[in-house]
Amino acid sequence: MTKINSAATPIKSNWPEEVHDVFKKLDIDQVCHVPDAGHAKLIKLCQSDKNIICTTLTSEEEGVAMLLGSWLGGKRGALLMQSSGVGNVINMLGLSRTCRYPVLMLITMRGEWGEFNPWQNPMGQASRPVLEAIGAKVFDINTSSEVADTVTAASALAFNAQQAVAVIFSQKFLGAKTFTEETSK
Amino acid sequence: MAENKKLSRRDVVANLLKNRQDALIVTGLGGTCWDVTAAGDSPLNFPMWGGMGGSSMVGLGLSLAQPSRTTLVITGDGEMLMGLGSLATISAMKPKNLSIVVIDNEHYGETGMQKTHTGMGTDIAEIGRAAGFPYAEIIYNNIDLNKFSARIHLSEGPILGVIKVSIAEDPLVMPPKDGAYLKDRFRDALLGDPNQ
Repeated sequence: MTKINSAATPIKSNWPEEVHDVFKKLDIDQVCHVPDAGHAKLIKLCQSDKNIICTTLTSEEEGVAMLLGSWLGGKRGALLMQSSGVGNVINMLGLSRTCRYPVLMLITMRGEWGEFNPWQNPMGQASRPVLEAIGAKVFDINTSSEVADTVTAASALAFNAQQAVAVIFSQKFLGAKTFTEETSK
Repeated sequence: MAENKKLSRRDVVANLLKNRQDALIVTGLGGTCWDVTAAGDSPLNFPMWGGMGGSSMVGLGLSLAQPSRTTLVITGDGEMLMGLGSLATISAMKPKNLSIVVIDNEHYGETGMQKTHTGMGTDIAEIGRAAGFPYAEIIYNNIDLNKFSARIHLSEGPILGVIKVSIAEDPLVMPPKDGAYLKDRFRDALLGDPNQ
């Protein structure tokens, strides 16, 4: 079986724990998510935290609407998703621009660095421009040393300015899945 | 059923809200936004002018953030059809204090009265039951409407009422239009401080 060269090596990092710690420090306790391998550990941490209400969504756009309700009710939330779902949230993110409420999105990237599945590329590569087009501020994470600071700064912007903010965890940082890994499952 | 035998949407919404107590209200865009405002504007109404398909999820976020308050979403059949997945999400979270009302005239009233799927065989209450709502019914008359109204404050949700209404050209009664203002006045009324 052909192994497609992946330029990325999966990182050894406890970044999910660091993000979970930021959630705790900043009282982010309404977390919603779609299934995502990149966020699997963070999702597990949030689900097993009795102080976090964790909602599984059928589609990412539900999360954008849900976070409006959370904010109306005085709570802070976050949406965990993958770049493949960015297209699903763009229209609903108009709500954040109109109503001025925080949408903190943590997005794991596909389709940009060593991607084995070409079907992931179009949305992955279009993620940043479409997020910016609807008015979301985009932050990038490329190394493990940036995680806690970047998520903290992004949260501060989201909740203080009441706006949509996306933190993109690059595929170079996360490590791309390889063809062999995928097909041997 | 003949149109003239069906319930009037304005009467239905006024009936649902006449004893709202301290319920938090979210509307869908279009007809239900005007219906709720016609029954009386309130800072604890969040009338949506957009975000089609999102009203039930706004209600879910709100109901989970405020579990001791009754949360009532009043939306239309077209808006609900655009967010059917949220019925599954809401069922999974089981918010006892959340009620969803679909004012179902089987048409897209804001865009030229095209038929919706509910006029072509789709049963949203059945979808709600299949998604896991413990209570989901189609309502055709005032007797069943009153029974449903009484359930809203029981905190035995989530519940879903699909209320069949006639096609009507009611006068437009518009709430404030600025989304940021609507959000701030809601948070101010509920939390006592929009910056909280």
